[in-house]
Amino acid sequence: MSKYNMHLLVCGGTGCRASASDSIVTQLRKELESRGLEDQVQVIMTGCFGFCEKGPIVKVMPDNTFYVEVKPEDAAAIVAEHVVKGRKVEHLLYLDPEQQAHVSDSKHMGFYKKQLRIALRNCGFINPENIDEAIARDAYAALGKVLSEMTPEQAIKVIMDAGLRGRGGGGFPAGLKWSLARKNEADEKYVVCNADEGDPGAFMDRSILEGDPHSVLEAMAICGYCIGSSKGLIYIRAEYPLAIERLKIALDQAREYGLLGKNILGSDFDFDIELRYGAGAFVCGEETALIHSMEGLRGEPTLKPPFPAESGYKGKPTNVNNVETLANVPVIFLKGAKWFSEIGTEKSKGTKVFALAGKINNVGLIEVPMGTTLREVIFEIGGGIKNGKKFKAVQTGGPSGGCLTEKHLSTPIDFDNLIAAGSMMGSGGMIVIDEDDCMVSMAKFFLEFTVEESCGKCSPCRIGNKRLYEILEKITNGKGTMADLDNLRNLSVVIKDTSLCGLGQSSPNPVLSTLDNFWDEYIEHVMEKKCRAGQCKALLRYEIVAENCVGCTACARACPVNAIRGERKQIHEIDQSICIKCGACFEKCKFDAVIIK
Amino acid sequence: MRLKEEVQGRISLREKSDRPEQLVQVKVAMATCGIASGAKQTMEFLIDELEKRNIEAVVTQTGCMGYCYAEPTIEVTLPGQEPVVFGEVDVRKADEIIEKYIKTGEFVDGIIPQNYETIDNQ
Repeated sequence: MSKYNMHLLVCGGTGCRASASDSIVTQLRKELESRGLEDQVQVIMTGCFGFCEKGPIVKVMPDNTFYVEVKPEDAAAIVAEHVVKGRKVEHLLYLDPEQQAHVSDSKHMGFYKKQLRIALRNCGFINPENIDEAIARDAYAALGKVLSEMTPEQAIKVIMDAGLRGRGGGGFPAGLKWSLARKNEADEKYVVCNADEGDPGAFMDRSILEGDPHSVLEAMAICGYCIGSSKGLIYIRAEYPLAIERLKIALDQAREYGLLGKNILGSDFDFDIELRYGAGAFVCGEETALIHSMEGLRGEPTLKPPFPAESGYKGKPTNVNNVETLANVPVIFLKGAKWFSEIGTEKSKGTKVFALAGKINNVGLIEVPMGTTLREVIFEIGGGIKNGKKFKAVQTGGPSGGCLTEKHLSTPIDFDNLIAAGSMMGSGGMIVIDEDDCMVSMAKFFLEFTVEESCGKCSPCRIGNKRLYEILEKITNGKGTMADLDNLRNLSVVIKDTSLCGLGQSSPNPVLSTLDNFWDEYIEHVMEKKCRAGQCKALLRYEIVAENCVGCTACARACPVNAIRGERKQIHEIDQSICIKCGACFEKCKFDAVIIK
Repeated sequence: MRLKEEVQGRISLREKSDRPEQLVQVKVAMATCGIASGAKQTMEFLIDELEKRNIEAVVTQTGCMGYCYAEPTIEVTLPGQEPVVFGEVDVRKADEIIEKYIKTGEFVDGIIPQNYETIDNQ
């Protein structure tokens, strides 16, 4: 049907473009034209292949040949050898480091695909509003298997053997949680799905609920069977309207098919699920606060123990799992605990979904096996830093996490390694920071968030975080002293030790990890009153270099507060007492006469 | 047990009927992020135009494909061929995809290579 019988796909990802993939396209087209082949072979630019380390990539279709590190001058060889004679260009093929052999076919180099999608298995494949499509991809098959072939104890053992740990941040073994909830006897128990995704920049749970709601519903029913509960509740933020709508549709369809409700799949197991909306308070992601919010009380945490597994919603045993944790459950039953436990590292099994955001080329939702390094995530899948800037840090774990720097890039990502490195897995937000970002301001940003989101119940968190924020503000305003830096650390430690719940116990982490990793930036702010990233406006000074100024008046016209004086063709000057440091003059000047000091 | 078999029978039936080999299948990533980047307009355009241009096709919505940097994204499966994902599909791009890829099988710029493994091949 196509007039072309061969396609040359050239990677047009930002990384490959930087290494001249544009001119590879031009060269390939030129070579084809000179041989009169332009009507038979089409050259196409694609998105990122996720193999940037070996870029630029050229893939030949239909034979799937995968050329790496191609240079524009290689275009002639590809056309002359591969296109015309059908012989692969050996030296451009990927060299398998283990086997020391060239791999010719991308089908045999699956390892270049760093991602493995388990929780996201159906996202982007099925129509989330059509249960038939979900069932065609094995939805509810695990529920059927569990109900007909397993006792609750056996099913819990499968989850334990798989080594599934909670994906909401804590990393608590899910199987153990289930078995605790099962042990506590009561006339009613509850299965709660925590869909109160609150970390700034995180959207993993939303995407799963919007793309594959049935995987979560199925897992909740399985959990209900395991712990002896007939009632599920999904606590979801009201600010996720599309996810709510799709959940409602999914619930109706599942009930209609008899996959929820009475006597599910002909067994004597009853289970149904209700939605509960949260108003979007960050603290309600903490399980006790979440339960109180569902009970209609203030979303405040209470001391554990008692754990929800003993006394949770309405005082009954309650099992709370995060969306992503649940989305993994059905696959474990279908593929087996052994299969799952072979993925990942020794203590962290399976995969983790990350929301890549910040100064990164391929902003997106990714899922990688535990143990993948930060470097692979950021520079391969993420395609590196935007605009060719330098990598500075990556913030993981949201407001509770910390920053990881260049020295951590080779760290395999899992729960324990990230904690050892001074951050945490958190729910999976990953914000990439480049050289233009000020680390003190970043810590301040997260503190501002925590101050706003603190429920106010305990004083270390309510007052302590506010004080932390004030000290950071003082430093970014150029009024900080060395004593402030000591206070920052001491106060942080006290807040961590004395706060009631996870929010306060982790809120100083961004401060502590930036103090540890970027001490020199703090010192610069305090001693030299300088912000190397140029983000702390109070520490900036725009000045005009007399030698470069031609008196074009462009800057004076751009200045919104008329802080620039100077006649036409005369040297201009900025009045520092009026200047609001907006940077308009800096952007306008064509002669590099305006500088930031 | 019997009911499970029944359900599975139903599932396998559906699996067959759900894979119409003769039709062009188009999936539009319609998560919040996709919709915010204009996936709704793209989808409406595709539905209307494919009908107007007499191309037998099924256009469905799906969840997030993960390529946030290239929203809106769509996946096109021509009969008997591997699915192809296109990024940054606004109305103009959608038109180009219909005219070139769907009608003649000719690729257009902006293909996003699949860079992940699924559990199906594990």
